[in-house]
Amino acid sequence: MNQDNRLTLQHVTKYHRHQGRPVCILDQVNLTVEPGEFLSIVGPSGSGKSTLLRLIVGLDTEYQGRILVGDRPVTGPGRDRGIVFQDHRLFPWMTVSENVAFALSEEERRAERDRVMHYLTLVGLQDYHAAYPHQLSGGMAQRVAIARALVSRPRILVLDEPFGALDAFTRFQMQQELIRIWREEGTTMVIVTHDIDEAIYLGDRVAILSGRPATFRKTYRIALSRPRDRTSDDFLLLRRAIHREFFGAVEPPFAYSI
Amino acid sequence: MTQENRAVVAPPRVRIRWRDDLAGLLLTWLSPALVVTAWELAVRSGLVRPTILPSPSIISTTFLELLTTGELLRHLGVSLMRVGSGFLAGALSAVLLGTLIGLSRTAHRASSVLLGILRPIPVVAWVPLLILWLGIGESSKITLIAIGTFWPVLLNLVHGIRSTDHRLLEVARVLEKDQITLLRRVIFPAAMPSLLTGIRLGMGIAWTSVIAAELLGADQGIGFLIAYARELTQVDVMFTGLLTIGITGNLLDGAIRSVERHLLRWNPHLAEGR
Repeated sequence: MNQDNRLTLQHVTKYHRHQGRPVCILDQVNLTVEPGEFLSIVGPSGSGKSTLLRLIVGLDTEYQGRILVGDRPVTGPGRDRGIVFQDHRLFPWMTVSENVAFALSEEERRAERDRVMHYLTLVGLQDYHAAYPHQLSGGMAQRVAIARALVSRPRILVLDEPFGALDAFTRFQMQQELIRIWREEGTTMVIVTHDIDEAIYLGDRVAILSGRPATFRKTYRIALSRPRDRTSDDFLLLRRAIHREFFGAVEPPFAYSI
Repeated sequence: MTQENRAVVAPPRVRIRWRDDLAGLLLTWLSPALVVTAWELAVRSGLVRPTILPSPSIISTTFLELLTTGELLRHLGVSLMRVGSGFLAGALSAVLLGTLIGLSRTAHRASSVLLGILRPIPVVAWVPLLILWLGIGESSKITLIAIGTFWPVLLNLVHGIRSTDHRLLEVARVLEKDQITLLRRVIFPAAMPSLLTGIRLGMGIAWTSVIAAELLGADQGIGFLIAYARELTQVDVMFTGLLTIGITGNLLDGAIRSVERHLLRWNPHLAEGR
């Protein structure tokens, strides 16, 4: 893996305008994501997780500090970074394969004709290439969104609560699939979630974003081998530690302490 | 055991479906049949004078007669030609201007007062002015139809473009699409349902405008047929004209609907039912 893929955030500070007054959302955020790493970012709703991803992708360029991919600063959207949103955001008038192909330029499509099909196969939807988004389930639509984000072969893929709208069974299945895809493609992945389980299951590291304004409070290295067992003692130990980070030690209910 | 159950459960559903279809079909055609029968009886019994309201049988005879001599189709052809060229001119200019207004905030601001005052003017109010400017020839009729078509197409297209989902525009930004691709693959398709609604409304107005124009001054066309029949007090011919307007209007609307169904086959609201 070459060092061009490293994502670096240095002293990133972001203000939002709220009722005419600037409010600090992110305060001096520092982060390094190594090439090929899978990083989970957990934080409560409204902690600035999505804002952080929008800065990385280049959808929002008004911030202080530096964001670098390799040694090049991020100045706007670029093909080296892909994003998957919580809502699939497929174009309803395009078929599944047209949606994926839309991420490619005309030349790329001509140069490699089966590229779209390759990525549809990667997400297991090769048989649905001619379907329209309204004919897909939520999980399937999100798979297409992942294929669309990966087909241009970005160095870094960011995922903004990608499975938040799915039911628990589909979510588990998608998490497994995402790990498989990550291993096959070797893309650097940064996922944002409010699900502590999901963060531990997926990440090489779990970074905790919290506070107002938000900053990275702590980072856990997840040294568990994959595939990970959500019910193993080590998993639960990590889960408890991260839980404590957010909610403090659990106070035993009054009745039991008598 | 399970196979037996399945055999018992499946067939009745199919039968009920079929019976529903038949009942629906009957209901659809029963009410017009009743109206026509009552009408026919009212004329035959002498309740209504045929010189005021001819019976359906007389009207259908006249209708068939005018159809076989080719006179009806000649007038219809003239009216349709006028609608075709007026509609095309109106819709095309509405699409050009609507795209500009929909995309540019400046154009939207600059046009709001002007359009706000012009829009409420009913199409027929333009007739005297158009006759003064362009005479009673083809150009004034076609212009009138163009004006009638213009408004619904323009307003619906502007609305459609402006309400494009900003989340989809964001995706296009991330994928670094140029302006032309953005317009062609994202904004126009997003505005298409709205545009087609405008086109359907526009076609309806175009068809009523041509009749109005022909009633006021023409020597051919369905509107002329009705106006001329009035001078000769041929009430059956007048009714033939009305019937032709109704049927043609319905066919035009049906044609646009089927185009709509094809173009919007991605839309879940149109894909099933309707």
